[in-house]
Amino acid sequence: MIVIDQKKVQSKMKSRIYRNQFFKYLFFSGTLICLLVLVILFTRILIQGFPYLDWQFLNSLPSRKPEEAGIYTALNGTIWMMAVVAPVTLILGVGTAIYLEEYARKNKFTSFIQVNISNLAGVPSVVYGLLGLTIFVRALHLGTSVLAAGLTMSLLILPVVIVSAQEAIRAVPNALREASYAMGATKWQTILRVVLPAALPGILTGSILALSRAIGETAPLVVLGVPLFLAFLPTSIFDEFTALPMQIYNWTSRPQHEFQSLAAAGIIVLLGILILMNSVAILIRNKFQKRY
Amino acid sequence: MSTAIHIKREKQARDFKEEMKGHSLSDNKKFVYQTKELNLWYGEKHALKNVSLDIVENEITAIIGPSGCGKSTYIKTLNRMVELVPTVKTSGEIFYRGRNIFDPDYEVEQLRTRVGMVFQSPNPFPKSIYDNIAYGPRIHGIKDKKILDAIVEKSLRGAALWDEVKDRLKENAYGLSGGQQQRLCIARCLAIEPDVILMDEPTSALDPISTLKIEELIQELKKDFSIIIVTHNMQQAARISDKTAFFLNGEVIEYNDTDIIFSTPKDKRTEDYITGRFG
Repeated sequence: MIVIDQKKVQSKMKSRIYRNQFFKYLFFSGTLICLLVLVILFTRILIQGFPYLDWQFLNSLPSRKPEEAGIYTALNGTIWMMAVVAPVTLILGVGTAIYLEEYARKNKFTSFIQVNISNLAGVPSVVYGLLGLTIFVRALHLGTSVLAAGLTMSLLILPVVIVSAQEAIRAVPNALREASYAMGATKWQTILRVVLPAALPGILTGSILALSRAIGETAPLVVLGVPLFLAFLPTSIFDEFTALPMQIYNWTSRPQHEFQSLAAAGIIVLLGILILMNSVAILIRNKFQKRY
Repeated sequence: MSTAIHIKREKQARDFKEEMKGHSLSDNKKFVYQTKELNLWYGEKHALKNVSLDIVENEITAIIGPSGCGKSTYIKTLNRMVELVPTVKTSGEIFYRGRNIFDPDYEVEQLRTRVGMVFQSPNPFPKSIYDNIAYGPRIHGIKDKKILDAIVEKSLRGAALWDEVKDRLKENAYGLSGGQQQRLCIARCLAIEPDVILMDEPTSALDPISTLKIEELIQELKKDFSIIIVTHNMQQAARISDKTAFFLNGEVIEYNDTDIIFSTPKDKRTEDYITGRFG
């Protein structure tokens, strides 16, 4: 007995194929719009900022005179801040992820913590700035130091690092853990020699992406009261500093056309750092991809 | 001096009595494992019911039964891997070489150093062939390169894999075929020089030729190790094992010499299962 009416199937054929095409072009145009906006933004910044981008720009202190001004203090400040953010975030974030995935028992309390960590990833960065201001700057009397800002930034990106590290650890097949335990390995040996090496590419990719977000963040620094203008370099993590996004923010608020161009040049430097970091993340991912 | 001998004699006598308590199948043989009234629950599910089973040294003991009968659970209890499932509860005793493995001061790491395991599907580490084999010795603290080299060669020879891989020890183990990977896992298990090898359906993911090779290998290993193998393939159990235990719904229905189980089973259910009437 034939149940399917071939004529009906044929009559639907055209519209199915048409719809197939339609969605293909819909998604393509979505991608195109994103790309277009990016290209416009990028070319504008390049045209405006590129003439100002030279060795002198990278090596000069900020100045009232645009032709002498540079990002020396800002660039160094950002590097100082990241020197705090990177270790603090990696140790706390990966440690938390290992604990939650490998040690903690799965119960209501841990799933409550889990939901909260995911939620924290969505909290606006200004709120983290306020938190940092209250705890690090005021309560712990760290002032607007490299340490205070670095810790605030760490808090901001920790949820992202934890969640991505957890996902990388979870992706390691259980069969590998079992193989290790079955040979008499302790939990720590199994984590150190089997789980972490297998999860490392995922952990690093997530962490680098999160760190590059910390480099670009401005709002928490504004709330903390990080100075917009600073003519000296920090010599320790307890010194004041300024950062690239702050410098850019400072220049964009000036009325003079030259400062706008300097801001554009600063943005190129910032973008360059971000692209570099993201490329490293992609390289790591490709090099170690899926070996199990 | 005489008291020491006296104590030793007394201990021997006690050990002998201990051995006699279980299913005494072979009177003059030593038991590696003695299971007494073992019960196991996954949460509410009663997975093993009053299992009592003695495993003889240097023999191959096959455990057969339909899916979900508890045969895998039982073998995983022998090296306490089953405890990785958080809801597991057990009662009863399992003696490994005379010591209760559920004793609070018996460390699982200690037990698993003597009892190796081969899993259902090959699970080599994403490392080189060499590092896979050296993993066990390394975690037990062996660092000397010469000793490790010797262990790697001996283990790979023991698993009949040496000739196939000796020129590419530094290559990733994932480049090996499924059957080779499983023999690598057996070699990895041999590398810790265990006393007992547990095998949980080691050939179920392999093609017939690889299966044959592994079966030959298991026969070979019997000389030096006590082997307990779970299999859903009755022909395999009949071919390679000395003793066979038939599990059904978490109970041991029958346990005897393999020849007897497959020729004149005492229990109707065993007969039905091995003649293919169910399962």
